[in-house]
Amino acid sequence: MPSAAPTITPTAAGLLLAVAVLLPFIGVLFGFLLGGRKAQHVAWATIVFGIATVLAITRSLLTLRAAVVYHLGGWAPPLGIALRADGLSVCMMLVVAVVVAAVAVYAHADFDTPAGAREARGPLSFWLLLLAVWGSLNLIFVSGDVFTLYVALELLTFAGVPLVALDGRGETLRAALRYLLFALAGSMFYLLGAFLLYGVYGTLDIVLLATDIKAEPVTWAAAALMTAGLLAKTALFPLHLWLPPAHAGAPAAASALLSGLVIKGSWFLVLRLWLDVFPVTATPAAAQWLAAFGASAIIIGNCVALRQARLKLLIAYSTVAQIGYLFLMFPLVAALDASRLASGPVVTGGLLQVVSHATAKAAMFMAAGLIYATLGHDRIADLRGSARALPLTVTAFVLAGASLVGLPPSGGFVAKWLLLSGATATAQWWWMLAMLAGGLLTSAYVFIVMVRSLAPAPAGWTAKRRVSAYQQWAVMALAQCSFLLGFAVLLPIDIVQIGRTGAPP
Amino acid sequence: MSTTDVFGICAAVLIGLGLYGLIANPQPLRKLLAFNLMGNGIFLVCAVIARRGAAAGMNGDPVSQALLITAIVVAFAASALAVALMLRLFEETGACSLSSPDGRHTGRQPPAASEV
Repeated sequence: MPSAAPTITPTAAGLLLAVAVLLPFIGVLFGFLLGGRKAQHVAWATIVFGIATVLAITRSLLTLRAAVVYHLGGWAPPLGIALRADGLSVCMMLVVAVVVAAVAVYAHADFDTPAGAREARGPLSFWLLLLAVWGSLNLIFVSGDVFTLYVALELLTFAGVPLVALDGRGETLRAALRYLLFALAGSMFYLLGAFLLYGVYGTLDIVLLATDIKAEPVTWAAAALMTAGLLAKTALFPLHLWLPPAHAGAPAAASALLSGLVIKGSWFLVLRLWLDVFPVTATPAAAQWLAAFGASAIIIGNCVALRQARLKLLIAYSTVAQIGYLFLMFPLVAALDASRLASGPVVTGGLLQVVSHATAKAAMFMAAGLIYATLGHDRIADLRGSARALPLTVTAFVLAGASLVGLPPSGGFVAKWLLLSGATATAQWWWMLAMLAGGLLTSAYVFIVMVRSLAPAPAGWTAKRRVSAYQQWAVMALAQCSFLLGFAVLLPIDIVQIGRTGAPP
Repeated sequence: MSTTDVFGICAAVLIGLGLYGLIANPQPLRKLLAFNLMGNGIFLVCAVIARRGAAAGMNGDPVSQALLITAIVVAFAASALAVALMLRLFEETGACSLSSPDGRHTGRQPPAASEV
């Protein structure tokens, strides 16, 4: 291939990328074959090997100091399909591996096949879907091809929708159906955009597209269609209507997966497209629109979260608000690039925001699940006694909340700091206002939950059910990941920037 | 007007009708049919692209035909999942609508407005 840029020649460790994608799906197939309790063992084995694979990919990325690339079947793009992991993808794969492992530890109690039964529908579906979510997310992170990304997005939807309706109640089935319809409409928009790109440029490979792309009407149309479709899947305001009932109605472990990880898949794709494929099209003016939706999501999501009476709905609306932060980075990056300043720190800030939200939100949903199990309800007004019964869990909830608010040394603090400095550098004070107001509102509802749960229990109150210690420690470990993520700035290298196509070497 | 132009306009009409149905129809089954209509329009766009992008002497560009077939399979799987969900919803609640019987979570307004 004469046109092959150095970034798309395959590397020796490339096969690991294919393994990272295939391993979870092989686990799903074997889990189906063996069924019952054996599916759980298969899931655990897959998680162990999957984490080892992700660590090996990280190691080769760090030694290469360049993206890890693999050509499926030895066919080079534009005809073949490339898998490609740069710093952004590897960071996302790492955080997904951590959250999946913590959710699996937590779910070991909730989704254990009951003693005596050979197989139960709920647990079997949960463990298989957990692996399917993991595999599709890995495919989204490493795929270097716009159409493969479409297939990966659909796989993620097909794995996410049944997670919503795991308990099979009418209300959750309705939420799952609405989620599915939103997601399908979104993927059709994305697909139309991908076809248009292929029709004009004759390739679907991200690296080749980035070199060929020109600012012309058909590119704008494709960019608008793909972005709109992905926003529906990410549940950015005003396309967030499906999210709260779906995420709040699912069982706690499934909510943690959906809110922490699944919506990040389509967000990552927006990031990939805007940073790597459409830099010529993504003008600062277009990026302002994206961030305007983000800022509205922050304000409205947080205000609605404050008015919730149930803890899980509060956390779900908090997700709607936190998604907004993820889109504030786009005008900052566009403005920095336009004035030829380094946009790297803002991209790192956006990624830190994703990582800290993924860990913090998964911890919060699982903490809410433990509180629900102990109290038998999750009405915020009646949380008294929960801090006495579950000290570790409530501490974890508050630490995760502190990360969402952005208190030092949490990951949320560093993320917001980097985004705020980006906003200062480009004189976009309005986004700073949105971020600061969002932080205040977030602290209000975290504080309300903390105060209510610290109140002493009524006399003679006993826990409905004892929760196991390892579940509490899984929640605590995730919350600590989010809270101590701020120390990641002390790392000697900026892993996010390795192998980025647009980044200076 | 060439044949590809006619098919391109047909595709645009199908996408428009499908999108309107997907947004305007309240019943999930009709929404799903509208989704399929929209999908067919998009597949037709892909077929037009295959015809226009064909090299001299070929009937169509094989890559976009391969994409088209994959996309059809994915859309079929999506429709099957949606129908399965609707059937289960009908078994559970005796109705198949996206709005709850008590009017909450209708999707028209944030559920918070009625959550007390």
